[in-house]
Amino acid sequence: MPTHDYVPHAPGYVDNDGPKIVTSRFVHEDSHTLERYEATNGYDGLRRALDRTPADVHEEVRDAVVLGRGGAGFPAGVKWGFMPPGKFPYYLVVNGDESEPGTYKDRLLMERDPHQLIEGCLITCYALGLSQCFLYVRGEMPAAQENLAQALNEAYAKGYVGKNIMGTEFSVDITLTWGAGAYIVGEETALIESLEGNRGMPRLKPPFFPAAIGLYGQPTIVNNVETLSNLPWLLVNGAEQYKAFGSEASPGSRMVAVSGHVNRPGVYEIEQGVTTFRDLLYGDNFCRGIRNDNELKMFVPGGGSAPWFFPEQLDLPLEGRTVGAEGSMLGSGAIMVMDETTDAVKAALRLVRFYARESCGKCTPCREGTTWEERILQRILDGEGRPSDIDKLLDIADNISPGPYPVAADPSQGLDAVPFPPKQTTICPLGPSSVAPITSTIRRFRHEYEAKITKRDSIPVMAAPMSSDPVEVG
Amino acid sequence: MSYFTADNLETAHEIISRYPRKKSALIPLLHLAQEQEGWVADDAMRQIAELTDTTPAEVKGTGSFYEMFKFHPVGTYMINVCTNLACQLLGGEELLAHAEEALGIKAGGTTADGMFTIEDVECIAACTEAPCLQVNYRYKLRLTTDDLDQLIDDIRNGRATDIPEHGTLGLVRQHIPAGAGAGIVAPEQATERPVWLARNDTADEGGEA
Repeated sequence: MPTHDYVPHAPGYVDNDGPKIVTSRFVHEDSHTLERYEATNGYDGLRRALDRTPADVHEEVRDAVVLGRGGAGFPAGVKWGFMPPGKFPYYLVVNGDESEPGTYKDRLLMERDPHQLIEGCLITCYALGLSQCFLYVRGEMPAAQENLAQALNEAYAKGYVGKNIMGTEFSVDITLTWGAGAYIVGEETALIESLEGNRGMPRLKPPFFPAAIGLYGQPTIVNNVETLSNLPWLLVNGAEQYKAFGSEASPGSRMVAVSGHVNRPGVYEIEQGVTTFRDLLYGDNFCRGIRNDNELKMFVPGGGSAPWFFPEQLDLPLEGRTVGAEGSMLGSGAIMVMDETTDAVKAALRLVRFYARESCGKCTPCREGTTWEERILQRILDGEGRPSDIDKLLDIADNISPGPYPVAADPSQGLDAVPFPPKQTTICPLGPSSVAPITSTIRRFRHEYEAKITKRDSIPVMAAPMSSDPVEVG
Repeated sequence: MSYFTADNLETAHEIISRYPRKKSALIPLLHLAQEQEGWVADDAMRQIAELTDTTPAEVKGTGSFYEMFKFHPVGTYMINVCTNLACQLLGGEELLAHAEEALGIKAGGTTADGMFTIEDVECIAACTEAPCLQVNYRYKLRLTTDDLDQLIDDIRNGRATDIPEHGTLGLVRQHIPAGAGAGIVAPEQATERPVWLARNDTADEGGEA
């Protein structure tokens, strides 16, 4: 067996035999430097792009079907085509505000290969005629900010960024900017609000998406870090070679982070649409099985917002459409694995609490709903639940996301999958995401909820919350 | 009187110069203020408002949305323990409880000597290295309770030299050398298409596939 394993200077990353489209330099300790980058095809993609017309470069990206790696999985080349012609200037905003529970790959890409991302930004600006690029990094990631700042300074000094790039008439500035701790800013319109100096609250869409009306009211492309990091390789090797990896609908590779109860948790670059969840969780090249040879109870297949999967779904490939039809999403490539020792209610509560804390407060169903979901789950966990609580949870969920919520099939109960995505009464998907852990666990482990719920239907007056201070009466 | 030091004021102007709208510099400037004092004082927000042509209320309005900004003094070392799902599965909550016990404060609190603040935070993007935490946003991965005791001891005794004081993020700043930049592009200033798109015209004549 190959000795491929963790790489000390990129904690969490596991070097294995898969395709290396975006992680090829991670094995080098100095992968973040311009010297290493130039020695390993660095800026060759941009050089080749500049030898072609912008429209031709756009065509190459469209041909390759580079799916967005931020969560929604929309093809970048198609998104790029949505800008209204002639409404200059156009902007590029890079979404590096990675905060989806379980997710990290953008952080590694920014820390370990900042030049690759910068080159991806430049290729995009060239192809689409974008006048300025804003690279928005999550606030809690100083190492990423530092390495990107260093890389940008080096790139400016060498004429890769800024005025007359590589001696051509192509000129664009990249402004490094950063957030300050708000999950919702990962939503593209909230990111734009934040970049304009406002509270990070999402804008109503449709009808106008950022490609039509974005930053400062101008057409704006918002792309994820990993999506853009694919472009240098693509421009050097071409769409045909890119599509040689993965499946027809999901070409190329993608980075996934597998955490929780597996023997070798890690960040892997895998082949899209080919590798199955079973390969990933049990394969020798990947996570090598569940800890202590325990049974797998459930797993989150695509970040905190994804409906949960169970052992029956293990043989599904990591392919967006397939997973969507089976009731969940690949989302941000975060897989959280839970073994038989996991308390389903407690795990669901933890994710729901995240959404309650991170709700921006703009839409009532989410602001109020997530808070109530958290309170009710907490009291169930505390043994203070009421028999009506399960229905109440589902009712609140229905207020945020009406109709059948996406869930995986449960053959033991003869239940079919409800395909992704959910409906929503809110502006953005944060509220509906809070429903995923609830419906996933109630449908599958209702008995765990019931076991925790006491038989009381209402709380007697005497059992009002205790206060440590004596209460003055009268 | 300037709240920002002379150096920081220069940095502030440089940051503002990279955005088509001054208000876009608001969050970076709040970080700069927090870097200077470890928290964001009212005077800092007044000056940021002046610098960005906004009002102090707008600055606070934006700043208070974001978890990282502290509007009161906090510990020199902020210990942020992740308790989100991936960490919870491997002992994040126990790690937080241990930190609380070791320092004698609850999450959200600061020790009497102003040395430590503990926070119970959401996913910090190191999930495969659970349980993990950040001290002033510097990662500490796969931590045992013994590791945590050692870390606290190191900080107390000045051995944690890799961790700057609270408020300092990246140690390298972006700097665009004079003459090297393409220049900011404001919506009202650039209504013409970028020059390099002219390359598409000739391609059209050539009958592109």
